[in-house]
Amino acid sequence: MSNVLIFCEHKDGAIKTSTLPAITFGREVAKHTGGEVYGVVVGSGLGDAGADAARYLSKVVVVENDGLGNYLAETYAPVLAKVAADLGVSTVAATATNLGKDLLPRAAALLEAGMVSDVIEVTGGKAFVRPTNAGNALGSVEVLTDVALATVRQTEFDPAAPLDAAGAVESAEAGDIDSLNAEFVQLNLSESTRPDLSEAKVVVSGGRGMKNAENFKVLEELTDLFGGALGATRAACDAGYVANDLQVGQTGKVVAPDLYIAVGISGAIQHLAGMKSSKVIVAINKDEEAPIFQVADFGLVSTWENAMPDLIAGVKKAKGA
Amino acid sequence: MNWVVNPFDEYAVEAALRMCEVVTGGKGKRFGEVVVLSIGPKKDATKEIRSCLAMGADRAIHVVAEDAALDSFVVANIVKKIYEEEQPDLLLMGKQTVDGDSNQAAQMVAGYLGLPQACFAATLESFPDKKELVVGREVDGGMEVKKVQLPAVVSVDLRVVAPTAVKNNQSEEGYEYGDGPRYASLKGIMKAKKKKIDVKELGDLGVSTDLRVKHTTFAPPPERGGGIIVKSVDELLDKLQNEAKVL
Ligand SMILES: Cc1cc2nc3c(=O)[nH]c(=O)nc-3n(C[C@H](O)[C@H](O)[C@H](O)COP(=O)(O)OP(=O)(O)OC[C@H]3O[C@@H](n4cnc5c(N)ncnc54)[C@H](O)[C@@H]3O)c2cc1C
Ligand SMILES: Nc1ncnc2c1ncn2[C@@H]1O[C@H](COP(=O)(O)O)[C@@H](O)[C@H]1O
Repeated sequence: MSNVLIFCEHKDGAIKTSTLPAITFGREVAKHTGGEVYGVVVGSGLGDAGADAARYLSKVVVVENDGLGNYLAETYAPVLAKVAADLGVSTVAATATNLGKDLLPRAAALLEAGMVSDVIEVTGGKAFVRPTNAGNALGSVEVLTDVALATVRQTEFDPAAPLDAAGAVESAEAGDIDSLNAEFVQLNLSESTRPDLSEAKVVVSGGRGMKNAENFKVLEELTDLFGGALGATRAACDAGYVANDLQVGQTGKVVAPDLYIAVGISGAIQHLAGMKSSKVIVAINKDEEAPIFQVADFGLVSTWENAMPDLIAGVKKAKGA
Repeated sequence: MNWVVNPFDEYAVEAALRMCEVVTGGKGKRFGEVVVLSIGPKKDATKEIRSCLAMGADRAIHVVAEDAALDSFVVANIVKKIYEEEQPDLLLMGKQTVDGDSNQAAQMVAGYLGLPQACFAATLESFPDKKELVVGREVDGGMEVKKVQLPAVVSVDLRVVAPTAVKNNQSEEGYEYGDGPRYASLKGIMKAKKKKIDVKELGDLGVSTDLRVKHTTFAPPPERGGGIIVKSVDELLDKLQNEAKVL
C-alpha cells in the first residue's frame, strides 16, 4: 500500500499551523497512490498534540520520550525513519521549515530513500515540481526509490481542513535514543508579537534603502496597522537593521502574502525568489530603474521619507484606526 | 569570469580557514590543514578549486563527474567515501547550492556517516583541546545554540563570514576579520598553481552512482502580469482599496 507519513511539528499541545500545508500535500499524493495520510508526532510533554494532529489524519503515531524533549536531528531522524519503516509508507513529508529542512534529508539517508526539497506541486505519486536557480526555473522531478521523502513549500499548499472524523492515535517506542553527543544548548528566539513571516497575510519589508535600524520603526508602524509581519532583504539583515530570521528570499524565508510592500528594496533575483508569489506587490523605491518595479503591481517612485507618512496616515484612515 | 564557486562553499572555505589559523598581532599562522573537495566536470571544477586554493586552502581533491550523473545522494556518497579516506576533524559544507537549491547534501552525509550535524551555521566556536564545537544555527524564529563533538558535519549559512562569526579560541581575543570571504592575493594565486589537486574518476571510487531522483524537465516559472507605476500615495491607496481590495 502506498501511504503517506507527515512529520507534524507541534507546540503547546497542538500541531503547528505550518504543518497543515504538508498534510494537504500528503492528501494530493494519496490521490495518486490511493493510500492514506498518516502523521507522526515526536517529543516529550506532548499533551494533546497527537489528538490534535488526528483531526486531520487517519492515523497518528505518537512517540513520546523524555530524551526527545529538545529537537535534535541526531535523535529525531532515527525515530522518523523507524516509524516510516514500521508503517511501510511510500512517502514521508514535512513542511520546509528550518526544522523540516534539517531533519528530512538525514532521515532520507537512514532510509536509503530519494529526497526532494521545497516541493511546490504534486504531479504524480512520486513526481513533483520544485523551483531551482532562485526560482528562475521549475524542475519536474521523479523519485526513483521505493520510498520518497519531501519537504513542502508552505506557501504553495493550502492549510488542510480537519477530517469529518478524527483518526486513531497510537503510541510507539522511540527505540534507542543516541544523540551522538550532540547537545541542544539553548534557543534564542527573536521576540515578536507579530505573526510568522511565512503565515502572515501582509508582509512589509525593508531594504538597504532604509539606511539604519531606527528607520525600520516606520515600517513596523505600517506592519502593525495591517497586523502583518516584518521582512527584510539580506543586505538589511547583514547591516544589522533587523534580525537575521526576517530575511526574505532564496536563502531566507519564502512568503506569499495577500499583500507584500517592499520599501527601499532594489529587487535582486535572490530577494524576488522569496516574495514573487505574493498576490499583490507594492514597491516604493526612489530609483525608477529598480528591478523591483518589474514584479510590482503598484510601483511608487519616491523616497520612503516622502511616501511613508502619507501612506501610514491613509492606511490608518482606511482601517478606521 | 563566467565561473564562480557556489557562494555558500566559498563561505565554507573561509570558515575553514578561520577555524584553523591563529591570528595574533594581525598575522595568521595555520595549525590545521584545509582540504577542498569538489565534484564536477573537469573544466569548471578545476577553476573553482584553484580559486579556493588561492584563498589559502592547502590542497584539493577533485572527483570528476558530469553534472547529469549527480544527485544529492551520489554527492553524499562521494563525500562519505572521501571522508573515510581523509578522516578530517570537521566536514564543512554549504547550506545549499544556489542552482540546485536543494539544501540537503550535508544532512545526508551526516546521516550516512552517523556523525552529528549542525546545519545553517552562522557562528562557530571551537575548543580544539576539547574537540567540541559550539554552533549558532539560524532556525525558525531565531538562533539555536548546539554543541557537537568532532568529528561533525557543519553546513554554513550566509552570516558565517561576518567579522567575528568564527572563533577558534587560539586567536587574539576579539579579533575581527573583514566582512565576507577573503580575496585571493596575487601571491595566493601564484602559490595555488603549485598546490596539489588529487584527481579521481567517479567510476574508480567504488560508490553507488545510481540516481535516486531524476530531473525530467525544466520550465520557466509563470510570468507575473505587468503592473503600473502610480503617481502618488493617494493613487496607491485608491488602488489598494478599490482595485486590489487589500485595504
Ligand atoms: C548566495 C546569496 C544569497 C542571497 N540571498 C538573498 C536572500 O535570500 N534575500 C535577499 O533579499 N537577498 C539575498 N541576497 C542578496 C541580494 O543579491 C541583494 O544583494 C540584496 O537583496 C539587496 O538588498 P537591498 O535591495 O536591500 O539593497 P540594494 O540592492 O542596495 O537596494 C537598495 C535600494 O534602496 C533604494 N533606496 C535608497 N534610498 C532610498 C530612499 N530614501 N527611499 C526609497 N528607496 C531608496 C535604492 O534605489 C535601491 O534600489 C543573496 C546574495 C547571495 C550572493
Ligand atoms: N558537486 C559538488 N561538489 C562538492 N560539494 C557539493 C557538490 N554538490 C553539493 N555539494 C555540497 O553540498 C552543499 C549543499 O548542496 P545541495 O544540498 O545540493 O543544495 C553545497 O553547498 C556543497 O557544500
